Amino acid sequence: MSIDMAQFHQVFFEESFEGLDIMETGLLNMDPGAADAEEINSIFRAAHSIKGGSGTFGFMNVSDFTHVMETLLDEMRDGRREVTADAVDVLLQSVDVLREMLIAARDGGTADEQRVKSQHDELHRVLADKNATSEPAPTAPASVEAAGPDVEPTGWKIVFRPHQHLMRTGNDPLRIIRELASLGEMQAECDIAGLPAFEDFEPEDCYLSWELRLQEPVDRAQIDDIFEWVEDDCDFAVIPMMPEGFDASRALNEAVADPTPQADTVAPVLSEVEKPADRRAEGERRQVPERRKAAPAAAAGSSSIRVDIHKIDGLINMVGELVITQSMLGMLGEEFDMSRVERLKEGLAQLERHTRELQESVMQIRMVPISFSFSRFPRLVHDLSAKLGKKIELKMSGESTEVDKTVIEKIGDPLVHLVRNSLDHGIETPEERVAAGKPETGTVHLTASHRGGNIVIEIRDDGRGLPRDKILAKAIDRGLVRPDDNLSDKDVYDLIFQPGFSTAEQVSDVSGRGVGMDVVRRNINELGGAIEIESTQGKGSAIIIRLPLTLAILDGQTIRIGSETYIVPLVSIVESIQLQQSMLNTVVGRGETFTLREEYLPIVRMHELFGIEDHDAQALTDGILVVVEGEGRKCGLFVDDLLGQQQVVIKSLEANYRKVEGISGATILGDGSVALILDIPGLMRLAKHSGGRAGSPLAMTA
Amino acid sequence: MNQNALVIDDAQQGDVSGTQYLTCTLAREQYGVGILQVREIRGWEQVTRIPNSPAYVKGVINLRGTIVPILDLRLRFGLPTEPYGKETVVIVVRSSDREGDERSIGLVVDAVSDVIVARDEDIIGTPEFGANVPTENISGLVSEKGEMVMLLDICSLMDFAIDES
Repeated sequence: MSIDMAQFHQVFFEESFEGLDIMETGLLNMDPGAADAEEINSIFRAAHSIKGGSGTFGFMNVSDFTHVMETLLDEMRDGRREVTADAVDVLLQSVDVLREMLIAARDGGTADEQRVKSQHDELHRVLADKNATSEPAPTAPASVEAAGPDVEPTGWKIVFRPHQHLMRTGNDPLRIIRELASLGEMQAECDIAGLPAFEDFEPEDCYLSWELRLQEPVDRAQIDDIFEWVEDDCDFAVIPMMPEGFDASRALNEAVADPTPQADTVAPVLSEVEKPADRRAEGERRQVPERRKAAPAAAAGSSSIRVDIHKIDGLINMVGELVITQSMLGMLGEEFDMSRVERLKEGLAQLERHTRELQESVMQIRMVPISFSFSRFPRLVHDLSAKLGKKIELKMSGESTEVDKTVIEKIGDPLVHLVRNSLDHGIETPEERVAAGKPETGTVHLTASHRGGNIVIEIRDDGRGLPRDKILAKAIDRGLVRPDDNLSDKDVYDLIFQPGFSTAEQVSDVSGRGVGMDVVRRNINELGGAIEIESTQGKGSAIIIRLPLTLAILDGQTIRIGSETYIVPLVSIVESIQLQQSMLNTVVGRGETFTLREEYLPIVRMHELFGIEDHDAQALTDGILVVVEGEGRKCGLFVDDLLGQQQVVIKSLEANYRKVEGISGATILGDGSVALILDIPGLMRLAKHSGGRAGSPLAMTA
Repeated sequence: MNQNALVIDDAQQGDVSGTQYLTCTLAREQYGVGILQVREIRGWEQVTRIPNSPAYVKGVINLRGTIVPILDLRLRFGLPTEPYGKETVVIVVRSSDREGDERSIGLVVDAVSDVIVARDEDIIGTPEFGANVPTENISGLVSEKGEMVMLLDICSLMDFAIDES
């Protein structure tokens, strides 16, 4: 039994974190006083799985902690305890502590013991509160205790009948019996009536059943705990042994059909099997430290994704089609003559269609609903509104919109930042709102939707809106704009994306720290997206984020410089023009610029930047100027020719090489050769640093 | 792939207890690469140049869907260059880099020569060389039929970041 448990760690952690999310959502939905039984049940189940899993993998602190939470939840579930706001809050905090503990366990660190301890105490406090505050509900189901609630049992009689397959599930009845025996003095009787004839004997099946008499008044729950893992793989009944003449056999007969214990064979069987089991147990114990060591590596190494089974089925179907097409083409190829050229064309068209469908389906696998990212916001709003003393309602729509998993991962932090901003700066205090004639409770609306090839995420609030004058004053103060500049609202709002820009009086504990808006914009640009702001003074503001659906494919414009081919992401291209002499200006010390609709834009000669020697176009009016935009700045890329637009699959250059400035990745063209994809913001930085003709003008277009 | 590697490994165990190396020539010197690191040997083909890269990085190729950089070992080691000919080959090797990530790179060499077997105790450490032999990229030396074979340290060849041009 030398299974490397570390291989399951990753799954365990993923499931546990999912469980924590379920618990969190459930707790937030829970109405103190009138909790939904199903809701409590699902929270309980999540806690239970985490406890079971962490116990199995040896994270005892996690399982101990969860156990206390579970006890509390169990009482709520059985209606023995009222759901109070206090208890829910403590449970919510416990979820946080538990998450920290799990993260620590995953990364091989240790959780903050002080925090764990105090939260542990807090839970116990709530548990102890029980008698003082709430009446036990009359419906509490207590199956066996109900038979004689007044009499303390002196011990327990346990009938344990494993199903034949019990040992194949990795369980061992002996371990259970030994564990029971550790609770106190115990007699065991084994029933061997189920044993088949020797020739029919399957060594992996369990044919025995037991009747155990535990002569110790232990807690019933302790016994249940021991059977926790085998519940579904055995019949077992626990009957309290009463001091005198309690009719145990009645209850026993109800619980287990036909118990026929045979006393005479117990001892020999037990003692023979016990020894090897002991050795096995030792082996397991020795394994423990190794497991712990292996854990962080496994967890850090990879990430996985859960895929809807329908998507997989769809894929399998499509691969089936592809195989059929392939064999059809194969047969055609074996005896081909020109008369069959039509069929060949048909087959190739089919192949193309199937390949495209397959590609789309494979891309679908990476798509997950954005609710993965949205799910944290109810908690955030709940906590923050309490902290800020504001009344805020969060509305979400379009949570099922699907986005690439990488997008989900990277959009999380910027979204948190934006929502925090909205709560902190946008929504006013209840008094201010009433004074402004608005409802006391502010609303933050989070929506996601598909528009064209993009996903659009909006964070809209009905707060005070962006303070246009304050932003402008600050920008003038910092020399970002001149007082006499006539700026549109949009230009003013864009100023908040400048690095280090923060209207000082707005900084607070909530949103004064962490990433700034410039980082938010950079993150979104890195994903190939864009961000814009709408705002009406006094009415509210909206932040609109546009992101590509997937990071694995991009629409590109193929350009040629000399004999080399590059791809420019289509989203970055404003337009492509042929320069006229009249548009050109050479400003001394500022390099080459051109005028496009009143804007002076710098020209980047790509062949110089990339050191391409065999370029054709010498004069700027010979070639093509691709006007591109990145991080709010524009420039013109001087290239030889435009070749065409196509969708390209992005391949990593860093996987085998390293990051190259100005290049975001590579792709494989139709002829099998590699073309590099330009990273426009990176390219502008490169041009700025490389000096020369393409240099300095970039600085002034900021 | 993994299974293949295992098979080779087993074969070696049964062999005269040693490690197999693929040898290649470079400016009349013999170099060796651990055979388990060799992914494939290809003829020289046109590569896609990467702008602003060191001269010895010839560019990248498409190796069945992955982008693999191609290094010219002559340029890497500062040896005199020669035009690529019919015998010029690219040895695609795979190894883990210093961070432990598996990477593949292609090495341009003059020609592939042989497969030799060397026991670990026959490999001697790298002495201080003269000017043009890159000691940091050599993991050891082994003598084969009176000729010296320098064993390449693939891992160190993957340090692209250090050799910024």
